[in-house]
Amino acid sequence: MSTTDETRVSAPPARPVWDDRTPDLPDQLQRTPVWTDELVAASGIPVVDVPFVTVGGGMGSFTMVDVLRIAGVPTNQVKVLTNLRHPWENYAYLTGVSQLPPHYRIRSDASSMPDNLWGFPSYAARRAFHSRSVSGFIAPLWNVLTENVLTDYWTPLAGEVFEGMRREADRIGYWDCVAHGQARMVRKRAAGGYFTVFTTQGARKQRIIYRSAYVHLAVGWPSIRFLPDMQQFRSQHGNGYRFVNAYEPHEQVYDDLVARPGTVVLRGGGIAASAIIHRLLNDREKLGAQTRIVHVLRTYVEGPHGPSRFMRRRGKNGWAHQGFNWPKASWGGQLKMRMERLEGEERKRLWETLEGTTTPYRKGWQKQLAAARRDGVYTTVAGVIDRVDRVGDGRLGVVYRDTKGGGLRSLDADFLVDATGLIGDLRSHRLLNDLVEVTGVDRNVLGRLDVSPGFEVRSARSGSGRMFAAGAITEGAYYAPADSLLGVQYASLRTADQLAEMGFGKRIGSGRSIAQWWRFMRGVTP
Amino acid sequence: MTPTLLGRWQSRLFVLATAGLLWTLLLTPLLPVGFATTRETYAGTFAAIGVTAAVGLVLWEPLYQFLQQFRWEKDWPAMFTLLEGIPEGVVVFFLLRDVLGFDVRATPFLIHFGTTWLVVFLCLHGPLRVVSVRWRFRAGRLL
Repeated sequence: MSTTDETRVSAPPARPVWDDRTPDLPDQLQRTPVWTDELVAASGIPVVDVPFVTVGGGMGSFTMVDVLRIAGVPTNQVKVLTNLRHPWENYAYLTGVSQLPPHYRIRSDASSMPDNLWGFPSYAARRAFHSRSVSGFIAPLWNVLTENVLTDYWTPLAGEVFEGMRREADRIGYWDCVAHGQARMVRKRAAGGYFTVFTTQGARKQRIIYRSAYVHLAVGWPSIRFLPDMQQFRSQHGNGYRFVNAYEPHEQVYDDLVARPGTVVLRGGGIAASAIIHRLLNDREKLGAQTRIVHVLRTYVEGPHGPSRFMRRRGKNGWAHQGFNWPKASWGGQLKMRMERLEGEERKRLWETLEGTTTPYRKGWQKQLAAARRDGVYTTVAGVIDRVDRVGDGRLGVVYRDTKGGGLRSLDADFLVDATGLIGDLRSHRLLNDLVEVTGVDRNVLGRLDVSPGFEVRSARSGSGRMFAAGAITEGAYYAPADSLLGVQYASLRTADQLAEMGFGKRIGSGRSIAQWWRFMRGVTP
Repeated sequence: MTPTLLGRWQSRLFVLATAGLLWTLLLTPLLPVGFATTRETYAGTFAAIGVTAAVGLVLWEPLYQFLQQFRWEKDWPAMFTLLEGIPEGVVVFFLLRDVLGFDVRATPFLIHFGTTWLVVFLCLHGPLRVVSVRWRFRAGRLL
């Protein structure tokens, strides 16, 4: 596949423009944790009533609206508050800049389908039936049949996921539910339910308050992780040209390395690190780049590892290998069941056993890595970066602590790419920070939002109103793969079930499920 | 699939009792059984379904679940489910013929058991999720 392709995403979605151009919220509102209808009316801000509001508008909001529509909720009962143009915008941006553009395989299985609640027919079947050749028909089906035994896991292309979502969004009338702008805060309503303050996007910014019985938070990762050494380097040397984060646009790194020989230091051992190495090695093979890669791994994995014979993960040459972000049974198997039963410290321990940075074992990548290792182009070191300095010609002096020997070592590099991931600190997100500081919602064992096994933010109950959350902000609760395509869909289903009990939408039992699946297959509205 | 033992039991019983029985009902009259009466043939094929369910509950599913514990992912790949049919079929055949005294012949048994296994396998990997949208999140449990 071409690596210099125009479809690469390099611009972030609409920046979070805080509603700073509109007059600030009246003090009275800001200071009062629980608002009355009178207080809100006195502020003069228009109030819109809608039973269900979802904040975020990404994957989590999309699956939520999808499940609610399947549960029989009409579009005028749901509002999606978002600054995204379409639900996959931020996902496409983050996967795109971290070198998994739309025509690349993402790390997700064939039946984790945000556009299809049933996961059947799967992406693999979809591709098989769209194929025009016999081998094109058989290959994906053979792969899913033999995956994780004879073959690697079959995974969809990012673009297949987006295309499916576009079709489903059209089918369920998703676009009718969307309001573009910035959600600023959610406050409890004295008479039950919630108020969500929202500033519309566009030339004329207008503040609106949504009054709803239910609020669903699916805002994604609060921010990109900028580690202290990176922040320090940037404040001292003032540019982000040579020391970059994998989740910010960094095409200049690849362009520069094609133009002249250079060394890249890469930090991190996850899928983003794999994808970046793959890109760098592809550029060597196809564009003649003379790049050397030094891969710094905090935890150097020598081989299979884990606490017992029954909990042992594959690993080799520094990397820990696993099909997906979590062991497969975390989504709906025995590991999920176990997590749901544990509390406090015990749950935290299981989180720690299951998590850890891993990358999928893919034969193509392994072959490429082995060849690069043989040629001395790719080397792995076990270490933790201590500091990054600027040396001659603007290059980087990377000092790292050798985790095997213990001493400090240094190496010169042209670029340093940090692929250690995103962070989930609630305080770095304004709306979540307000929830924690003013409303006083509880945090879980990992410091994120404390939600029930059914994804309810228990501490934010407001009369008959309920608040729910999904995605990365709930990590540490009872469901490990919360931040995954299937995970947000599961959260949506659990949320819809509880809403149905309270009379909002209908429960998706067998009859409704079969009937709705048939409507889905025919492509007609739910 | 990523089942628990309870999920394995429930899924096996449910799919055998629905798709398995329905398929058996349709297929049995078409099996090449020579001069055996329809009644005898149905007795044999229904017994095969019953024995598959029973032996699965007490022997196979606990064994598979034990083996699954050695897998980090705690999953059971599709291929395993398909290949389980071979040892299970052999055991069911000899139990029917030598222990329970049914007059089963290899060819019709192979056709019936093989196709039923395939039907069950296909149901487990898709259609069951349409019948119960929560099945895949509940480790194969339907109740």
